[in-house]
Amino acid sequence: MATLSTTAGPVRQISRSRALLNLLRDGDELAHAVTLTFGASILVITFLLIYELWIHSTLSRQKFGFSFFFTSTWDPNFGQFGSWPFIYGTLVTTAISLIIAVPLGIGAAIFLSELAPPKLSRGLSFVIDLLAAVPSVIYGLLAVFTLVPLMRHTIEPFLKRNLGFLPLFKGPAYGVGFLTAGIVLAVMIVPYIISVSREVLLAVPQDQREASLGLGATRWETTWKVVVSYAGAGIMGSVFLSMARALGETMAVTMVIGNQPKVAASLLSPGYSIASVIANEFAEATADLHLSALTELGLVLLALTLVLNGMARVLIIMTARKGSGVAQ
Amino acid sequence: MTARTIWRKSLNALMLSITGICALVTVSTLFLILGFLVWNGARSLHWTFFTNLPAPTGEIGGGIANAILGSAKLLLVAASIGIPIGLIGAIYLAEYAGAKWAFFIRYAADLMNGVPSIVIGIFAYTIVVVSMHHFSALAGGFALGIMMIPVILRSCEEFLKAVPRSLREGAMALGASKWRTILTVVVPAASGGIITAILLALARVAGETAPLLFTAFGNQFWSSGFNQPTAALPVVIYNYAMSSYEDLHQQAWAAGLVLLGLVLVTNLLTRMVLGRQTAQGR
Amino acid sequence: MISVPSVPAGAPKETAQDLPMRMKVSNLDFYYGKTQALFKVNVNIATNRVTALIGPSGCGKSTLLRTFNRMHETLSHTRLTGTIQLDGEDILRQDVTRLRRRIGMVFQRPNPFPKSIYDNVAYGLRVNGHKKALHDAVEHSLRRAALWEEVKDRLNKSAYGLSGGQQQRLCIARALAVDPEVLLLDEPCSALDPISTAKIEELLIQLKENCTIVIVTHNMQQAARVSDFTAFMLTGELVEFSPTPHLFTTPTDPRTEAYITGRFG
Repeated sequence: MATLSTTAGPVRQISRSRALLNLLRDGDELAHAVTLTFGASILVITFLLIYELWIHSTLSRQKFGFSFFFTSTWDPNFGQFGSWPFIYGTLVTTAISLIIAVPLGIGAAIFLSELAPPKLSRGLSFVIDLLAAVPSVIYGLLAVFTLVPLMRHTIEPFLKRNLGFLPLFKGPAYGVGFLTAGIVLAVMIVPYIISVSREVLLAVPQDQREASLGLGATRWETTWKVVVSYAGAGIMGSVFLSMARALGETMAVTMVIGNQPKVAASLLSPGYSIASVIANEFAEATADLHLSALTELGLVLLALTLVLNGMARVLIIMTARKGSGVAQ
Repeated sequence: MTARTIWRKSLNALMLSITGICALVTVSTLFLILGFLVWNGARSLHWTFFTNLPAPTGEIGGGIANAILGSAKLLLVAASIGIPIGLIGAIYLAEYAGAKWAFFIRYAADLMNGVPSIVIGIFAYTIVVVSMHHFSALAGGFALGIMMIPVILRSCEEFLKAVPRSLREGAMALGASKWRTILTVVVPAASGGIITAILLALARVAGETAPLLFTAFGNQFWSSGFNQPTAALPVVIYNYAMSSYEDLHQQAWAAGLVLLGLVLVTNLLTRMVLGRQTAQGR
Repeated sequence: MISVPSVPAGAPKETAQDLPMRMKVSNLDFYYGKTQALFKVNVNIATNRVTALIGPSGCGKSTLLRTFNRMHETLSHTRLTGTIQLDGEDILRQDVTRLRRRIGMVFQRPNPFPKSIYDNVAYGLRVNGHKKALHDAVEHSLRRAALWEEVKDRLNKSAYGLSGGQQQRLCIARALAVDPEVLLLDEPCSALDPISTAKIEELLIQLKENCTIVIVTHNMQQAARVSDFTAFMLTGELVEFSPTPHLFTTPTDPRTEAYITGRFG
């Protein structure tokens, strides 16, 4: 690079090579453009993802229309594809997992953010972060060899003996089925509920707690009536986030749900889920219509998770804004 | 004390203990998982398990050497897609983007982060497998790479933003242009965090199974290059666990122990190093 | 109180007229968004002298300093009108990286890069395209910043191992390495202990032999010790600008007098 004389006059003769040199030296326009390209590629990928699934499911969408969602015959040999059993299985397992995981997760998050001494809280949060990093297939592996036998021999017979009068707990105890899948899902999503809820709770300004304690409220009353209600929208967001995870979770569910396209009222019955049927059949599907139907199921999952995630982000951002607005 | 005060106090104690139990139950899951894996997997871990190919169906023994190599290959492909896009995208977000663009890109990244991995698998299938007409390591790596992007993007952005403004000013006051400042001061200052983010993202996709089922597919043998179907550690665990041979179940446990070990050790080390760094920085 | 400083601010009367001027600021207005931070500032910076900018916090002295090498441009939503000349040339028309090579800056808190001591000093040279004789330049700059003896055995160690005072002198060495004509210092001692402060003040007096220095300080004693000229600013206006002894002994403006006698600020 040329050394620049400090007394050079303002004579400007910008030759082409000089202009190029300047561009390379400053290069900020160029750097801006390059990084923008990479940043914008995220947007491109997101749109491409939706586009590809839409295009590749055209065949199925045109043939079955809305009946795809409400009919129950799934027969690749005869080209009949109705996805109700999978949608049903996904909804039922997700519901079971939320019923178990939401109270557990929010309880633990409250303990970590409000009650535990900081050191203990940090240690436990660390373990929970590790738990969130455990791969899905490991949960599945453990469930297949420990939870399934336990369900078959102990828990399901117990439920039938005591609650067998309910339609929810009828039929033979296979060990695999909606209930088992729901329990595995619950274990898997608890770490997400905890870590997001904990962040949201920690964002509640300290003066809110002090004000309540100062009025003579007990620790629990402060936590429940002030902190949790302040952070309500954000906690709701964490529930939506983990719901989206549960809907799309594949491996662990596939390994314990039983993989039978049934719509049964009993939670002990084997079933099937959207993600599981994609996992099991996609690699072997040869007919275009079959692939198209599976892709449409992927599109359904995508739509559900996009909507849930979109809502969750809005709720979490809202809570964070509220927090910073008061604190500063 | 009035009855009401006693009631309030006992409710307080009760609810506080319940939340503590919730935390305890959750945390103990990790130790339960670890315990079972070590108990069931450790005895199948021989040296040959890491060096041998799988035995032909029905025979006892064999190893997962091809799956370990296969996973490494998939991660290589994933890294070469996920790291440049994630990191350079993060530089854009942290240094150049205006509020509106940054919002859209961040939002898209968060949405991508929540897309189920099996759906990413279908995406990789339609983009790579359909155009190549066969399953391949490339397709599997592509799926994993797409999954890495939002993770790296969001965490690297945070680390870049945490670099103090005074360092940027120091460089610019010496006549460094903005990109020069970013390249020579900001990125090096954030390098610890950036490496952590990359390692965590790799650890996360290393355990992904669903998107590989119909992209990388699996392979009983070695696969050469990136154009063939390849075995991968998590897929092997899945297939062995679902098989009906007792010996393969044992191997599934052992392979599970190897995978979880890799993932947890990466997480532990990086989080510990990161924790120390941020403690020093403040 | 009578307002409007009668002196056409800019030229300290006595000796200043005869001195060559390195920088000349005329009618400078400056805005952060819609808030005006500087009002019609006129000031001349004499070559190879130390000029101090003093005033209560928020008076605009740091803002003024940062316009001299256009550091204000690193913030968005700022606007500037008026002219700033360096050796008769408008700095706003110059290439900004070249300008900043000619006008170095040292900040309020030491901000060494997370690199070795050597690489810190060599940074500006490398950025400006020098490749050869780096070592000599690094040694020379460290000597000028009176830091060489303390660090010569550990040039490749991290700069973060130095004490606060050493770090600040390292930042001065880093700025000196590209041989700037003007050195701007923004309250360089505010984060330092008295001994480190004394070292840096001593250094400034040596440096002015071949470098023009502008220093912002909230410490009037410091301004009195090191500077040849002093400008007093208040709420974005330049109230008074005179040779330092003159300003501190016989201020013309009552506001200056109030400030230096400690009645406010």
